[in-house]
Parts: sequence; structure tokens; C-alpha cells
Amino acid sequence: MNLHKLNVGFIPLVDAAPLIAASEMGFAEEEGVSLTLSRSPSWSTLRDKLCAGHLDAAHMLAPVPVAGALGMGGVSTPLHALSVLSVNGNIIGVSRSIGERMRAAGHDFAFNDATKAGRALIDAIEDTLRIGVPFPFSMHAELVYYWLTALGLDAPQNISVQTVPPPMMPDALKAGDIDAFCVGEPWGSSSVEAGVADLLLPCSAIWAFAPEKVLAARADWADENQEIAHRLIRALWRASRWLSDPSSRGLATELLSREAYLDLAPEIIECALFGRFTISARGDMRRSPGFVDFFTGAAGFPWRSQAEWIGRQLAARMGLDRDAAAKAAQATFRSDVYRTALAQVAYDLPSASAKVEGSLTEPLAAGSVGGRLILPRDAFFDGRIFEPTPD
Amino acid sequence: MLYLPDHSFRKARVTNDLAIILVEPDRDKANQIVDSLAEAGFERIQVITEPSSLKRQIQAMNPDIVLIDMANPSRDMLEEMAVASQPMDRAVAVFVDRSDDALTSAAIEAGVSAYVVDGLRPDRVKPVLDAAIARFNVFQRMRTELAETKRALEERKVIDRAKGLIMKAKGIDEDAAYSLLRKAAMNQGKRLADVAEALVESAGLLS
Repeated sequence: MNLHKLNVGFIPLVDAAPLIAASEMGFAEEEGVSLTLSRSPSWSTLRDKLCAGHLDAAHMLAPVPVAGALGMGGVSTPLHALSVLSVNGNIIGVSRSIGERMRAAGHDFAFNDATKAGRALIDAIEDTLRIGVPFPFSMHAELVYYWLTALGLDAPQNISVQTVPPPMMPDALKAGDIDAFCVGEPWGSSSVEAGVADLLLPCSAIWAFAPEKVLAARADWADENQEIAHRLIRALWRASRWLSDPSSRGLATELLSREAYLDLAPEIIECALFGRFTISARGDMRRSPGFVDFFTGAAGFPWRSQAEWIGRQLAARMGLDRDAAAKAAQATFRSDVYRTALAQVAYDLPSASAKVEGSLTEPLAAGSVGGRLILPRDAFFDGRIFEPTPD
Repeated sequence: MLYLPDHSFRKARVTNDLAIILVEPDRDKANQIVDSLAEAGFERIQVITEPSSLKRQIQAMNPDIVLIDMANPSRDMLEEMAVASQPMDRAVAVFVDRSDDALTSAAIEAGVSAYVVDGLRPDRVKPVLDAAIARFNVFQRMRTELAETKRALEERKVIDRAKGLIMKAKGIDEDAAYSLLRKAAMNQGKRLADVAEALVESAGLLS
């Protein structure tokens, strides 16, 4: 068979796993595509190469296509999310001196209570909390703002969210430029390994089912290459199903650690995949099952309500018209394309394209094509419920 | 008919008052870029080599244009300057000139990105980018040449190892081993180095 060649960009992170597995484990070939994966040094460079047509598709922060639709984020041509590559997977850490202060004040670093952890952190700082995130338009930034403002900290007066590339996070913490960070793995674990941070909380404790990375493509490319886009979506779906099998974790760790991908020790990479973290230099361990998810509960489905949540958060902070932003945001998550792509193979696709976000405190059976879809817990830590705008 | 581009602006040494910052940790590279910009008539150039507190350094210098290598991992730090968080911040917009896709594409091809103060006219930005792109293209070429040389050396090593394996297995001399390898490559329609690599890899299974 003649394989259709696709150039796909990624950032060296654990949640690039579906792309790496699709390429390495033959799932792409099974769908008649051959992936040329190229590692990018930064999100901005990845975005620019995608927008300019040097890449066909890319591993992308979920808020980037949304920001583009709102006229922000340096997105020069409309980008669409064809699937969600991963759900959750970010982690919050604090400098060791802040960690000491929190411990002295009695915080237990239980790793599962966003309210207690957030209050303890707010109490440990003087007036402004300086927190590093990888990119201004990221779930890291959105979740941090959501979490801290819900706990009563005022933005922007008392929260300074700063962009720091994850490999530079340890130095920024050591130099005292930031008090805390929110990053994707392996950067949280490697900061503990470097002896500069204590891990405080997985972001799933803030929002239990947050879209994290998406497969992004130019909107016009997706329209002109529908059949190819469908094949790519199916290849990633197969790769995600493989990743969700616990017996794949060892091999997935080994693949990710290779020089062409993350180029890091497997011991650091496996923390996220196994949901087992060393949270301090003293060796305290915490478990976070399902820390990052690629497959469970139709994880790959790009819900329009997820895009709308991001759009409304951005609009509120930037002072844009919220209803207009909600509408523009929704259109960037292509649940229609995803559904068509997987109609033949996945029996548990949702029948709706938007859902109420944050209402599930327990897994729940949902309306689906095959009637077997269970949606996982998706609650926000403060119990808020997000109702999307009806179509 | 072929229209030739007009290069006359390169000769005219107009002194330009745009304030340019170059973010480049490699001093040697930075000097070469500064020279190229100076040749194009730009004299007000400052170089930042240290990535820590990049944003603060840039804001203190108040530039019109910031140039940075697209391969520089610190680049994302500049992105947040496009998001004016305080009304007093001088907004720095990402340079995306929608009217000139060719220029943007050439910049990406060369591996340079530019951040431009909001409101600066595209025709004032173009000569800066043209000069930067020309210089970055030279770097790109040097990088490719270096990678090619390295690859050729590694392939040579693999071919030597494959030759050694054949000599040992068949008890023949080096020339005979080489011609056997070349014949196999021709028969399979593959590159000599690829056949050698496959042989060395499979031999690893047997040892």
C-alpha cells in the first residue's frame, strides 16, 4: 500500500505519547499514513510552522485554536482541534522554601484536595503569587486562574502568571523568580529530581476531566483533506486504546525515553504513565491514578462545550464579549469530523456534541451510538457546573 | 519573462532609527547577525545573551523589534508580551504580516522570528527581516553541511563494520566484502549504508 506521508510536530512531553505510539507501533500504517514526527523547541515555533503549512498537524495546547478564533495567541490562520490527544496530565509544584513554610503551617501535601492545597499555598505567600506556566494560552494558565480566583485570590492584582519554558522552571524556582509552577510531565518530576521543588497537586484535582492537548490542523487543511484527516484521527484513536492498556505502559515509557522523542530517563517518564510520584526531595510518594488519560470515556472526543469553557474563561480575563467568544470557540473543536472519522470503528461515541461540564461526581452512562459509553467523573473542585450555550 | 528582484536597498546605506533587540546566546552568531543588520543600515541594535528575566530586560530597552532564533527554547517567554496585561505596557505584537505570506514563510524557512511593536508599518519591518533572513539562511546552510558531514562519517563506520562482518563470515578480503555489499545494495535497490546497517543490526541478534 502507498502510505500517505504526513508531517506532524510535537513538544517533548509525556502527552505526546499518542503520536509517538501511532508512529512507532504501526497504528498509522494500519490507516495508510506514515508520520514524520518533528520535535519543536517551543509552542510558538510549533504554532508558526503549523500555521505556515510547514506541518500538516501538531500536538497543541487545547486553548491555542480557541485563542486563535478569538483573535489572540499569534495564530495567523484558523486552527481546528480534530481530536483531544490527552485529558489532564499537568502538575503543580512549589519552591522548596514555600513547601517548607506550608509544612510548618501544617499542610499534609495529600495531593488530592485542591481547596486545602490552594489555601495553604495562598497563606504561605506574602501578597502576589508568582506562578510559572509553559505558555500564555494553555490549560496550565486556565486551571491556575480558575483554581486561585475560586479560592478568593484576585487576578491580576495577586496572581502573576508568567511564561517560563519547562526546562527553565528549576532555575527560575532556584533564582526566586517564581514561587510555584504548573507544568506537564515529565517536568514536575524532573524538578523534584533536581531537588528544587515539592509537588503539590495534580491538575485533575482542580478539574477532573480537563482537555489538555489536542491534535491541531489548519481549518482549510482539514476541509481539503478530510479523508486523510479521518485516517490520522483513527490512527491516534488506535494508539490511545493501546496506551490505555496497563500492559503497554512499560513499552510506552521506553519509546518516549528515546533520543528522538523526550530523550530522558525512563524513571522520570514512567511517573506520569503509572500515576506514581515522588513529591519531595525527602522521597515522599503519592499516587494519582489516571493522572493523564488518552482513552477512557471517549477522552479523544473534542467536545464543543470544552472549547466553550476555554473561550469564556479567556474572554472574561481579556475583556472580550463572552457570548461571541463562546460561539467562536465552539466551532474550533471539530466533534463532527471526529465522529465521522470513527463512525466505523468506535462503538461508544457520544451522540451529543456538547455536554454540561463538571456535573459528574461519579462515572455515568451517557447517550451514545452503541449505548455503552460511560463518561468519567468530570467535577470541578469547587462544585461549579458549566452549562454550554444551546446550539 | 523573468522579473529580477530589486536589491538596490542593500547598497543604499540609509541610517535607520529602529531600535532592534537580538536574543542570541551564541556571541559569535550574534555578532554576525549584528554585522548583517548594520550593513543594511540598522545601527541601534542591542544583544541579549542571558535568557533569565528576558521579559524584564526587553521592557527596559523598549525596542521596536525583537529578533530571536526559532530554535531558541526561550522563545515562548516573548509570547506573553503580546498579551498586554497592564494598560501601561507597550503592546508587542507577534509579527504576522498577513499581506506578505512569502516573507513570513521565508522567515520560518530561515528559522528566525520577529516580534514587532504594535503599529509599526510592515514596510519598515521588511528590510530588517530581509537582512536577518539572509544571515539565518547562511547559518541554516552551515548546520545542514555539518549534519551531512556527521552522517557521512557515521555511515562510513557502519559500512566498515558490515565489511568486517562479511570478511569474517565468508573468509574473504576487504575488497571482495565491499563489492558483495555493493552488489546486494544494487540488487535490493537500496543505499549501501542502509544495507550495511540492516546487516549490522541483524548480526546483533545472532551474537
